[in-house]
Amino acid sequence: MSTRQPDAAGGGKLRAPLLFAAMAALIVAEGMTSGWNGALVILNMGLISAIMALGLNMQWGYAGLFNSGVVGFTAIGGLAPVLISMQPTPGAFSAGGWGVLLALVVAALAIAAAVWLNRHLTGKAKGLSIVAVLVVGFFVYRWIFDPAVAAIQAINPASQGYLGGLGLPVMLSWPVGALLAALAAWGVAKTALGLRSDYLAIATLGIGEIIVAVLKNEEWLDRGVLNVTGIPRPWPVPYEVDLQANPAFVQWMTDWGISPVTGSTVLVKLLYTGIFGVVLAVLILGAQLALKSPWGRMMRAIRDNEVSAAAMGKDVTGRHLQIFILGAAVIGLGGAMMITLDGQMTPASYNPLRYTFLILVMVVVGGSGNNWGSVLGGVLIWYVWIKAEVWGPKIMHTITMSLADGPLRQHLYDSAPHMRVIIMGLILLIVLRFAPRGLLPEK
Amino acid sequence: MSFLDASGMTGGYGATDILHDCTLRVEKGQIAVIVGPNGAGKSTAMKAVFGMLRLRAGKVTLDGEDITALSPQERVRKGMGFVPQVNNVFPTMTVEENLEMGAFIREDDFTGTMEQVFELFPILCDKRRQNAGELSGGQRQQVAVGRALMTKPKLLMLDEPTAGVSPIVMDELFDRIIEIARTGISILMVEQNARQALEIADTGYVLVQGANRYTDTGAALMADPEVRRTFLGG
Amino acid sequence: MDLLNALVAILNYVVIPATAYGAQLALGALGVTLIYGILRFSNFAHGDTMAFGTAVTIIVTWGLQAAGVSLGPLPTALLALPFGIAITAALMLATDRVIYRYYRKVHAAPVILVMVSVGVMFLMNGITRLLIGVDEIRFDDGARFLITAREWRDWTGLAEPLTLRSTQAITVVVAAVVVWALFWFLAKTRTGKSMRAFSDNEDLALLSGINPNRVVAVTWIIAAALATTAGVLYGLDKSFKAFNYFQLLLPVFAAAIVGGLGNPLGAIAGGFIIAFSEVGVTYAWKKVAGYLGYNADGLLQLLSTEYKFAVSFVILIIVLLFKPTGLFRGKSF
Ligand SMILES: Nc1ncnc2c1ncn2[C@@H]1O[C@H](COP(=O)(O)OP(=O)(O)OP(=O)(O)O)[C@@H](O)[C@H]1O
Ligand SMILES: [Mg+2]
Repeated sequence: MSTRQPDAAGGGKLRAPLLFAAMAALIVAEGMTSGWNGALVILNMGLISAIMALGLNMQWGYAGLFNSGVVGFTAIGGLAPVLISMQPTPGAFSAGGWGVLLALVVAALAIAAAVWLNRHLTGKAKGLSIVAVLVVGFFVYRWIFDPAVAAIQAINPASQGYLGGLGLPVMLSWPVGALLAALAAWGVAKTALGLRSDYLAIATLGIGEIIVAVLKNEEWLDRGVLNVTGIPRPWPVPYEVDLQANPAFVQWMTDWGISPVTGSTVLVKLLYTGIFGVVLAVLILGAQLALKSPWGRMMRAIRDNEVSAAAMGKDVTGRHLQIFILGAAVIGLGGAMMITLDGQMTPASYNPLRYTFLILVMVVVGGSGNNWGSVLGGVLIWYVWIKAEVWGPKIMHTITMSLADGPLRQHLYDSAPHMRVIIMGLILLIVLRFAPRGLLPEK
Repeated sequence: MSFLDASGMTGGYGATDILHDCTLRVEKGQIAVIVGPNGAGKSTAMKAVFGMLRLRAGKVTLDGEDITALSPQERVRKGMGFVPQVNNVFPTMTVEENLEMGAFIREDDFTGTMEQVFELFPILCDKRRQNAGELSGGQRQQVAVGRALMTKPKLLMLDEPTAGVSPIVMDELFDRIIEIARTGISILMVEQNARQALEIADTGYVLVQGANRYTDTGAALMADPEVRRTFLGG
Repeated sequence: MDLLNALVAILNYVVIPATAYGAQLALGALGVTLIYGILRFSNFAHGDTMAFGTAVTIIVTWGLQAAGVSLGPLPTALLALPFGIAITAALMLATDRVIYRYYRKVHAAPVILVMVSVGVMFLMNGITRLLIGVDEIRFDDGARFLITAREWRDWTGLAEPLTLRSTQAITVVVAAVVVWALFWFLAKTRTGKSMRAFSDNEDLALLSGINPNRVVAVTWIIAAALATTAGVLYGLDKSFKAFNYFQLLLPVFAAAIVGGLGNPLGAIAGGFIIAFSEVGVTYAWKKVAGYLGYNADGLLQLLSTEYKFAVSFVILIIVLLFKPTGLFRGKSF
């Protein structure tokens, strides 16, 4: 990356603490002006964004790998809470679960066979046999898969119609989400790494869209666009209604002079804040240690000069594969946490602008390569994104003050929330141009 | 004063200097050859003469006019033509288009010049519709030289025009270069094949570590036992 | 066995739609490949450029319609297209001046330029939304069909219907004209040749006195024209929705890479390869199989249409695995 921006370390040692304090002040101000519940909603999602940014920072900041499929890794991570914590749909597994699994095994075998043939055959026979294996494999797969899926989806379609999960504690799904994302990342990186850097960008764009398409359409898996709701909360987060029904809690809140309803919603959110904070702290610690280890030094050496690192016998593509998978795992973890926080899986909401490119803005604004920067950028940009939706109409109101009431003014006013997209573009472009190392430059 | 006079050139690509007080001169219609070990700064010196390198010190004049501050494009207009050592053709364009691009800055009709180039290198005429990237190494060098000739330069600069071509083609290329010089064009060239090059050189420069080591007529350098031993392989 | 009806069905449901779609993708991919060849980065804003150009064209179309101007049987949008191109080109030139030029000057790495294009993508996406909102818009007017199912049946007496929508025919004709004009420009004009030279060997082009700023400006103008035309044709053929245009980025890039990034001929071939695969794989072949004497239980649809992007992706991956430079050898005009 560019090393301009001579005043990068401006503010010296105090720069990071000051910026974080400013960030905290913004959240506190939000709490004082529009209520603590809303402030905590922003903060919690900000923390999850920070985790996603941390993951993307490993790929882009440490290694210079452009991942435009963050939305996909987020989404596949979000599948984990469904698979792990939802109750299994009675009868679904015996009806079609085995069939689906068998079909997937057949598909995997066919692909493995094709790969094997590709390695061991040559000439015309190679192409023909690979095509034959894949075609036959595909038809066998569909022959097993289709009836199995139909059987699953026939079970109580209004509220179930899918396999359901394992009924385990939802917290278990977080590492599983990381694992799922890592697997997807391995698949795409294995093919696209080591080629031109743009190819990875395009390939990840594709895998992102495909993962989202799978989640939207495979109803047997996650009910598709019918959504899965009622994903259980992690220990120790209680439900608001239970708190409000708990006399001890009501008494406690009354003693403090807080309405039990407000108190319960705020407490629930605070608990999430605490859990997310702990996860983030662990991740940051791990990332910082890794970055300072010989492995991290080699990573940076490769990023700063790929050619000479390769010349020194370093396995550049191998390292890139590692870091890409690791980053995707962290993103997947964030995706699982987000679904846990939401308590529902709504595949149609995975929009690349929001889940890929916004995260990219967070990393760049925070400071590519700097873990703390990603945390700052994650929370800050999320805050701006949320608030800009409110600011947009206000700004537009001022701008259009002089206009007469009419369709134009109405149109401008109606579309004002979209201003936040423009604001994000401007922020990204201004940072790239004038402070390419971000708010907290990497040392 | 010499037609090209590049004197006291000092500079490099970054902080460290590659050239140290290097001086190159070419007379009207004569051939000057630069030889020297790999990495001596021969290509760098050529780039400096052509304005592709920021000089910390030194001065370049062409036909008495100070061109030190001019950009490469402006030097082309002043009558300099340059054939770089590598990447010196447009590979996916035809031979004819390569020559056309050579004449890009010319506003007048250049078909006559193109005919002259085809006369000089008849093989190019046969291959005029073929992509330059598909030609043999020697043919590609001819395209590169032809491209530089399209602006009708008064000084032609060639960086290793015979790199990677067979001895027969090399002799052929040298003959063509002599022919070009006979038409009054001054030639400054870098050559790896030092013996053959010095044979046709009016002036020879031996460059070592960015500085002039020996400067004399080609024949005198060939006769100098010291030069022969160190640079011409005995 | 009813070969004739089978052929008509294939023509109607696969060949005609895929040809129109392929032409649209080809125009999009040409823009991407041109920017890649000259400016040397993958422009992530291209989908949103298509959306912006189309949005402007739609607004001008509405204006023309309100003023009572029409092209008779042809869609009014064709009349508005030059305005859309001009405004898009102006925006691209402004973007280049204010944003991209700086990065060329400092010789930024391509991946930084990709990042910058993401910023531009945000901007153009937001501007498009401000202009025209996020809803689906149909803006085709004029004659809807060149051949209707009924006419076809009356003429041929075949059971299988065949329709040819006018937008499909217009797409192919306009695309053919645009491609012809582009290739003529690149092959025959001085400016076009200087662009190819610049793409081939930037340093030598500079030495030859080719003005890089001019080459870059012309590239943006052509890219704007290609993107707007592609977007308008796609919108006429299907409908306009800003988000769908963003999603076209994947098939468009896949087409450009499959054909070889930087190679215009490859972009066209890539566009049709992607389009035919996409339509062929997501078409339910039951009917055709029926005509050929095989009565299937299922739809004989390899993939549901929701997965059409997977087709671009798989083709992309196959090409990256086996021929990373693309079928037509990339980075060469
Ligand atoms: N673009 C560049 N940037 C930085 N250093 C360079 C560059 N080109 C050459 N050098 C350095 O300048 C020195 C001289 O290189 P130059 O290419 O001028 O040598 P040369 O005499 O032409 O060698 P050869 O016979 O191999 O062509 C070398 O040490 C080389 O590493
Ligand atoms: Mg050299």
